[in-house]
Amino acid sequence: MIGLPHYLLLGSFLFCIGVFGVLTRRNAIAVLMSIELMLNAVNINLVAANKFAAADAVTGQLLAVFVIVVAAAEIAVGLALIISIFRQRKSVELNDFNLLKW
Amino acid sequence: MTEFILPNAWLIPFLPFLGFALIALFLHRWPKVSAGVSIALIAAGFIFSLFVASAVFSEPGGAVYEFTTRWLEMSGLKVDMGLLLDPLSAVMLLVVTSIATLVQIYSIGYMKEDPGFASYFAYQSLFAASMLGLVLSNNFGQMFVFWELVGICSYFLIGFWFGLPSAKNAAIKAFVTNRVGDFGFLLGILFLQIIFGTLTFSGLAEAVPAYTNMALMVPVAVLLFLGPMGKSAQFPLHVWLPDAMEGPTPVSALIHAATMVAAGVYLVARAFFIFSSVPEAMTVIAVIGGFTALFAATIALAQNDIKRILAYSTLSQLGYMMMAMGVGAMTAGMFHLTTHAFFKSLLFLGAGSVIHAMAGEQDIWKMGNLSKKMPVTTWTFIIGALALAGIPPLSGFWSKDEILLGAYASGHYGLYILGAFVAFLTAFYMFRLIFVAFFGSNKEGEHAHESPGVMTVPLIILAVAAVFVGFVNSPFMHHLFGEFISHPMGIQPHPSSMIMISSSLIAVAGIVLAWLIYQKEVISHLALRERFKGIHQLLQNKYYMDEFYARMGQIFVYGAAQLMFWFDIHVINAFVDLVARFTGKSGDTLKYTEDGQVQNYALYMVAGALILVVVATMAAVSVIA
Amino acid sequence: MFNISAFSLYDAVFIVIAGVTLLAALGVVLFPNIIYSALSLILTFLGVAAIFFQLNSGFLGVIQILVYAGAISVLILFAVMLLMNTEPGRTNLPTTRLKTLFAGGGITAMLLTALIAAIGFTKWTEFDLPGVDNSVGMLAEAMMGDYIIAFEAAAIMLLTAVVGAILIAKGVQEK
Repeated sequence: MIGLPHYLLLGSFLFCIGVFGVLTRRNAIAVLMSIELMLNAVNINLVAANKFAAADAVTGQLLAVFVIVVAAAEIAVGLALIISIFRQRKSVELNDFNLLKW
Repeated sequence: MTEFILPNAWLIPFLPFLGFALIALFLHRWPKVSAGVSIALIAAGFIFSLFVASAVFSEPGGAVYEFTTRWLEMSGLKVDMGLLLDPLSAVMLLVVTSIATLVQIYSIGYMKEDPGFASYFAYQSLFAASMLGLVLSNNFGQMFVFWELVGICSYFLIGFWFGLPSAKNAAIKAFVTNRVGDFGFLLGILFLQIIFGTLTFSGLAEAVPAYTNMALMVPVAVLLFLGPMGKSAQFPLHVWLPDAMEGPTPVSALIHAATMVAAGVYLVARAFFIFSSVPEAMTVIAVIGGFTALFAATIALAQNDIKRILAYSTLSQLGYMMMAMGVGAMTAGMFHLTTHAFFKSLLFLGAGSVIHAMAGEQDIWKMGNLSKKMPVTTWTFIIGALALAGIPPLSGFWSKDEILLGAYASGHYGLYILGAFVAFLTAFYMFRLIFVAFFGSNKEGEHAHESPGVMTVPLIILAVAAVFVGFVNSPFMHHLFGEFISHPMGIQPHPSSMIMISSSLIAVAGIVLAWLIYQKEVISHLALRERFKGIHQLLQNKYYMDEFYARMGQIFVYGAAQLMFWFDIHVINAFVDLVARFTGKSGDTLKYTEDGQVQNYALYMVAGALILVVVATMAAVSVIA
Repeated sequence: MFNISAFSLYDAVFIVIAGVTLLAALGVVLFPNIIYSALSLILTFLGVAAIFFQLNSGFLGVIQILVYAGAISVLILFAVMLLMNTEPGRTNLPTTRLKTLFAGGGITAMLLTALIAAIGFTKWTEFDLPGVDNSVGMLAEAMMGDYIIAFEAAAIMLLTAVVGAILIAKGVQEK
């Protein structure tokens, strides 16, 4: 009974939870964690589509592998940036980083 | 020789054009050679014209030779160039070439010390070429090209003494006024092309009478008539002709008396089949012609410059010719054109002789008793004036009489009476001029000496022509002219002795009145002038038409400029300012989205993604469901 | 969508794993304590790995555990430790600006609705393709074959990221 739509639904929920986290959290690290949630949701979609719609190839899994690679790199750099900012401004609250205001 | 000439009749306009090119490019350094070349070529044109005439008039009713060659062919448009040799063009050829030759010979004497001697002959040749080309064209398009060429030659020649501001302005005025007429003419031609698909006279002559939509032909005919109105100086486009007297007098004789201004009358004759099938257009032509005749004759009464009097006389006679065309007497109109060419150019050349002798003086009141020292000029001038006044048996009598006859016989009694009155005025003002300038009590003219032979011989030749040319359409020669130049729709009424006698008496009465006032001084002309002061002012100032046009021009041109300026400032600039202000305002408003808060930027991005998802879903759903 | 008569073990397992994953995700976002958020994140990663196993991509599941739950989570925890300058229970608070809260919540709800609608309106067809039995081998062949360039690019990107992260974190040395 469980088929592609259900996995896609799971992916959508996860994605939206991640979006909510990105838009409403104060702490920069929490935002990064929410981004990770979004990327995972995408991975679920890709692999589910691969199994249910293109089961004779592994393209979906391949793409998911690359997404994981990129996510890893991104979070490494992101955390390094946050640490660097913390050293300057002694805070990780996003509301305070508004130097690029008009 | 005739067989050679006929298909090569294009040589007749080409030779003078060659003369123009030669003089302009090479020969202008040698003035005498330039003059010689120019005269030789136009004389050759005259001889060729004689051959053409002999061929055309050899058959009863006139032979017609037409030669065409395809000039331009595109899909939907075929343009031919061609020559048309029929009695009408043969007559014009003879008139133009003969008078042009005589005028150029005369100019050797008149323009003797002028520094622009060579370029004068170049322009004269160019004009002759253009006029001859106009006369030989077999279709409207080609004729229009030459029409414009003739106009530009007129500009060159009027403004020949270009250092003189009055000459410059007169040349511009002539060209611009002509342009107004030509605009209407071109529109008419375009209409003809659109409606009938052809512009050749022979093609149209078949197509037009068969055409039934008369309501459309009326504006076309009127538009076509605008060209002759401009070129032949009919009211209200007459204002350029008096000013054109700023040019050298031989130019006035050739262009503004005999040939170019006759081009309009020639066009009406050539396109008579168009005009005669539209009765409303004929009425317009007749009325405008008659009005111009009266209008100009009244102004001539109060002019003091010898050339101006002759210019207004030309205007008046052109009005006569148009009136003749308008009442259907096409033969009479063309006949008057022919006789008028000879005696008017005679009068102008005579006036030129006088001016030359008086060292540039043109005011008749400053001349007097010229007859004493200038007999040849005086008597040829008198012959010309008698011809103009319409005294039998001179040429003017036959032609003017035919016009009056035409008006009477076709039932236009009002125009007949108007024509008779104008004949009276014509005789009066011409002899006013003669009595004041040649026989007056003022003795100033006595020191003048007769002009050299090169100027008097053409005068004599023209005087002979003025006397005898009229006989070709007289009852004695059984209306020979009318046998060749006629149109089925034109009228050739039987001569009426009542009209002949009455017109002669009217002319004599005019001469007698002038004699009484200006020679015998029974009534002092100064007292008359005082008594009718208002009218005299009006006439002397040409009914203030120039001032009126200037004012109209100022109102409309200046007004249009004001309108454009307002539009530019308040509409176009306003629009541009609006765009600029809108950009600034939107920038001012949208800058608040750049608040430095990263999460807000993320919000906008997600909102955008949301819109995309919604749109894609709706598109897919509406496609499926 | 839910056809009760054909309910099988597969479906029950899916529902359990899905539930755990979603709850953990909610925990990531909602806990005010960031340490709790990080730990919930680890649980989410494990849940996703289980989903991968259920979808017959065992290799990917193992990778997920190794990379995400193993390396990235540790990285996050390290960062959290380094940057804690208030008491831990109040480190992951929602934003104070109400407008942002409501806007974010609204947009999220709308997005969720749109996605559910999109999934719901689609007519899903049942494909009947044979599955692969050598997914790792095929993955390896694809990566080294058709997608070699993406592979190399990913490698370079990782190298860049590592070097960059070190440089940025180290900061400028003040002499």
